[in-house]
Amino acid sequence: MKILVCVTSVPDTTTKIAFTDNNTKLNKAGVTFITGPYDDYALARAVELKEKTGATITVLNVGGVDSEPVIRKCLAIGADDAIRVNAEPTDAYFVAEQIAAIAKENNYNLILMGRESIDYNGGQVHGIVGEMLGIPSISPVMLLDIDGDTAKITREIEGGKESLEAKLPLVLGCQEPIAEWKIPNMRGIMTARTKPLKIVEPTGTSKLTTIASYELPVPRGTVKMIPADAAETLIQLLRTEAKVI
Amino acid sequence: MSVLIFAELDEGKIRKSSQEAIFYGAKVAEMMGTSATAIVVGAASDTELASAGNFGATKVLHATEAKLNEANGMAYATVVAAAAQQEGSQVIVLAKSSLADAMTARLAGKLKAGLAANVVELPDLANGFQVKSSIYTGKAFAYNDLKADVKILAIKKNTITPEEKDAAAPVEVFTPALNEADFAISVKNTEKSSGDILLPEADLVVSAGRGLKGPENWGIVEDLARALHAATACSKPVSDLDWRPHSEHVGQTGLKISPNLYIACGISGAIQHLAGVNSSKVIVVINKDPDAPFFKSADYGIVGDVLEVLPRLTKAVQAL
Repeated sequence: MKILVCVTSVPDTTTKIAFTDNNTKLNKAGVTFITGPYDDYALARAVELKEKTGATITVLNVGGVDSEPVIRKCLAIGADDAIRVNAEPTDAYFVAEQIAAIAKENNYNLILMGRESIDYNGGQVHGIVGEMLGIPSISPVMLLDIDGDTAKITREIEGGKESLEAKLPLVLGCQEPIAEWKIPNMRGIMTARTKPLKIVEPTGTSKLTTIASYELPVPRGTVKMIPADAAETLIQLLRTEAKVI
Repeated sequence: MSVLIFAELDEGKIRKSSQEAIFYGAKVAEMMGTSATAIVVGAASDTELASAGNFGATKVLHATEAKLNEANGMAYATVVAAAAQQEGSQVIVLAKSSLADAMTARLAGKLKAGLAANVVELPDLANGFQVKSSIYTGKAFAYNDLKADVKILAIKKNTITPEEKDAAAPVEVFTPALNEADFAISVKNTEKSSGDILLPEADLVVSAGRGLKGPENWGIVEDLARALHAATACSKPVSDLDWRPHSEHVGQTGLKISPNLYIACGISGAIQHLAGVNSSKVIVVINKDPDAPFFKSADYGIVGDVLEVLPRLTKAVQAL
């Protein structure tokens, strides 16, 4: 089985977001970049499937050279080789086009990625890739088992979950608890240095969306504290002042 | 040319979030000098379908084929794409949901559309087509220029407050060609909590964290939620410990919600939790630790033991 795992390099979840250049660029000063947490679940499940059935795993990232530490970490965790498409991943359609182009050349049985990237949160790339390749896409996937050419999947829906079956090939957006995150060991880190990382230039033409500028949310006013022994006052305030109940 | 809105059904009724989407779409249509058409897929009564008019739709397309009665993101995307072609729609609006999420991407792929997810405001048409969306899991916003001929907007809850009027819309049956390949996924089993208010749709949410001490105390959270007609939610540790199902987990790696009121009980307010809830209109924090960081992001706060405070709040609500 051939598995493609698409990963993003995103600011650590504890990052305080700030912008520079007249609010047109993320201020990267002091920001640690990590593998997208949902992508980490996708990779972890791919490694488990590899251990069980002997799959090969290719990691794909659309990003600049500063994504390479994240790619090397994925190789250290258990991917066999990697491809980086040298472009900024700001538009979902554009990113999907890059993934679909590589997938068309390689006939992967499974294309896994996180349910969404935690920077732009669109959660759209897997679906667009599925449409471009003419294969089903499913998200957010909580459980994944492969039985021959059939995938058995549990997907989260509002207020619950549903169990699905579909034939490979498939594109899946993953989330917990599909697998436990994996931490690279020393041997993995050593071998990752020599695993192949191919850099390709993007295909396609222009981006269908661009970001003109960014903005931070307006901070909330000062908190109004209510003594615990007058907790009932809160309910009155929510009705008469905040007018939400 | 009309603006097309996908109106999602839940047991034959148009979802509240979709009523918001219809109202939003009708406003966009007004700005563009055109009309708003709603597309509904699956079984619903004529009265229910016509009620899309109350929120501004001037026409309803109804795809009635029995095969479509079960929600199917890929097949529904095919239907909506066909409707967009028939109507010559350049703007398609959907309210975010698990079904809509599955549809928007497939639609964008079919129509080579410019797509904005998590839209929080009406578009600005002064210079092209610009929309504001929530990014970095609620920590920031982006102003997106959509440059493609077709634009798809997936709107977040509470983007607009719908005003209802009395204007039934005419309903037309819509029978597009379906694509067999869209039915390749078979649903084996669905587990859904019934009767409760769905968390992503809820206007009011009562949420609890480890401060509740154990799952045996969850009853007091449910009591307050029931009294308020609110949904319940939880923090990541609570879902990791299996006190509550993952579908109730709000935060960076769970659901991102934007209700009118979010009451956080015994949740310290780590940045990852805030990311999932900070677009709530009003936030109440109850925590026995006066230094809990969540108080800095709250509108109202109570320093106290949730086990004592919650029952008092429930009583106060019941007395209203």
